[in-house]
Amino acid sequence: MSTRPAWMERPRPVTVGAKGLALVTLMALVLVPMLVVVSTSLASQQEVDAGGGWVLWPARPSLDAYREILSGGVVTRALAVSAVVTVGGTALSLFVTAMLAYALSRPVVGGRVVMLMALVVFILPHAMIPTYLVVKGLGLLNTLPALILPSLVSVFNLVVMRGFFQGIPQELYDAAQIDGAGDFRVFTRLVLPLSKAVVAVVGLFYAVGYWNAFFSAILYLQDSSRWPISAILRLYVLQGNAIESQENLANEVTYAPQTIQMAVLVLAMLPIVCVYPFLQRHFVKGVLTGAIKS
Amino acid sequence: MALTQTRPRRPVRPAPATGAAPRPRRPGLWRRLARDRVLLLMLAPGVAYFLIFEYLPMVGNVIAFQDYVPFIGLADSEWVGLANFERMFTDGAFWNATANTLVISLLQLVFFFPAPIALALLLHSLTRDVVRRVAQSVLYLPHFLSWVIVVALFQQVLSSTGLVNGLLGDAGLHTVHILGNPDMFKPLVVVQVIWKDAGWGTIIFLAALSKVDEQLYEASALDGAGPWRRFWHVTMPSLRPIIVLLLILRLGDILTIGFEQMFLQRDAFGPEAAEVLDTFVYFTGIINGDYGYATAAGLFKGVVGGLLIYAANRVAHWFGEQGVYR
Repeated sequence: MSTRPAWMERPRPVTVGAKGLALVTLMALVLVPMLVVVSTSLASQQEVDAGGGWVLWPARPSLDAYREILSGGVVTRALAVSAVVTVGGTALSLFVTAMLAYALSRPVVGGRVVMLMALVVFILPHAMIPTYLVVKGLGLLNTLPALILPSLVSVFNLVVMRGFFQGIPQELYDAAQIDGAGDFRVFTRLVLPLSKAVVAVVGLFYAVGYWNAFFSAILYLQDSSRWPISAILRLYVLQGNAIESQENLANEVTYAPQTIQMAVLVLAMLPIVCVYPFLQRHFVKGVLTGAIKS
Repeated sequence: MALTQTRPRRPVRPAPATGAAPRPRRPGLWRRLARDRVLLLMLAPGVAYFLIFEYLPMVGNVIAFQDYVPFIGLADSEWVGLANFERMFTDGAFWNATANTLVISLLQLVFFFPAPIALALLLHSLTRDVVRRVAQSVLYLPHFLSWVIVVALFQQVLSSTGLVNGLLGDAGLHTVHILGNPDMFKPLVVVQVIWKDAGWGTIIFLAALSKVDEQLYEASALDGAGPWRRFWHVTMPSLRPIIVLLLILRLGDILTIGFEQMFLQRDAFGPEAAEVLDTFVYFTGIINGDYGYATAAGLFKGVVGGLLIYAANRVAHWFGEQGVYR
């Protein structure tokens, strides 16, 4: 349905055509590279070689490359690390951020000071070397918590959640207090159930962040056998290292490493593309637009 | 900013008019601490995070004034005053990184900054909801892909065996040498940023455009203003505050360009073309173990950035805009 208001002129056909062309071009610029990667990962070695290193549409798609990298070894392990860090990190970040946001949405002693602390963190740049030394000093080097703790709370997410909590009517708090609910009970029984949308959005933001993070692994984990998928992707696809220490691979040479590389890339992209519609839906609802305004 | 407002816990009641002894309006600190003990406990983990992983490193910046040796530690490392900074100002690699940073920032300001505005205007002008929603969904997606994925996608498309050169070769045209070519690095990273974030950047402009009073358009159309005059006299004025705000933020961040993007491609293109301040800090500090010196470079960057934000904000107030803070 068109929503053109009555006062607006009918556009000229040329304008409509130019706009349509621009939109199709822009969307193709986004989608075609992804299509090429997915197609190449599904193609056979002969086809990739014949195509000169890339395939736009595989003639006989096969999942061989995926079967290979998912049958144990480096990539499988990296996916597991990513999953653990993403799930654990998101849960922990969400828990800490939600409690912080709730307490700061209430008139708590020292709330202003803590809010100011958070805003200073938001404005000042992150000091890489001193943070590294702190992580090292705490004995977290080469441990998985190093991928989570140094980026536990995002001030942006905190502000989004706090803004949402502040929108809960005061009358509901008053009623809960008359019923004798303490602050924590109010939080778990009243505030959280009312805030499913914002919890979902912030949770998805954290999850996307943890899944995509690769530099923390390179910075804090020396042993690449503990790296998450995004760091492995850099090692094997960007730097072109061979996927060694994977016994299965040495025997099988039926497909080009190119298909393997692209399969790793697709696996790294897949969870993001899967959660994206949910992110998009909540976003359209305008949960975050309120925060952007402030 | 309205972020530090707190609402009263209960509606403020007028003081009782009886002749009883006047009680203090606010209970004492200890009473309030006791009253808020659960809330304070809920604050604790987050505050601990800020103190340990944000404020402790801020204090840790003092090693910029030390010849820091991790083996000896912070307390016993030798204090060297401004020696690290003196060394920095005579270090060709540091100035090369600074120059690259500024050039890339300026290129982004000229080519990337207007892209979301233009795209938002295009999206806003779509009168069919379905078309608009589909376009938004597709164009926002790249923002959520990590830089590793984006760089890998570009590699797949632009490499000598990639899509673009394949098509050019099939058409009998010259192939282009982009990846690993230092001359192409700066244009390439700007194109990558546009690909990844131009769509996402439209959100804030679309929000501003949707808040424009429809009656303004209608009234000006009835007064005979065509599409261009409506654009100049209704649309652009409504976007100006947000454009100024984002420009200020961008100016304050002029010494920061996506670290991950630079880090991932520095080796392929060489430090001469691809080293920026943040990667300089990383490679000097973490890789070469020159902690004090690298921290000095990072601190220098932070302080200059802070001054730039302050200056840009002053300029914004001078022009009568609200700016970032007041």
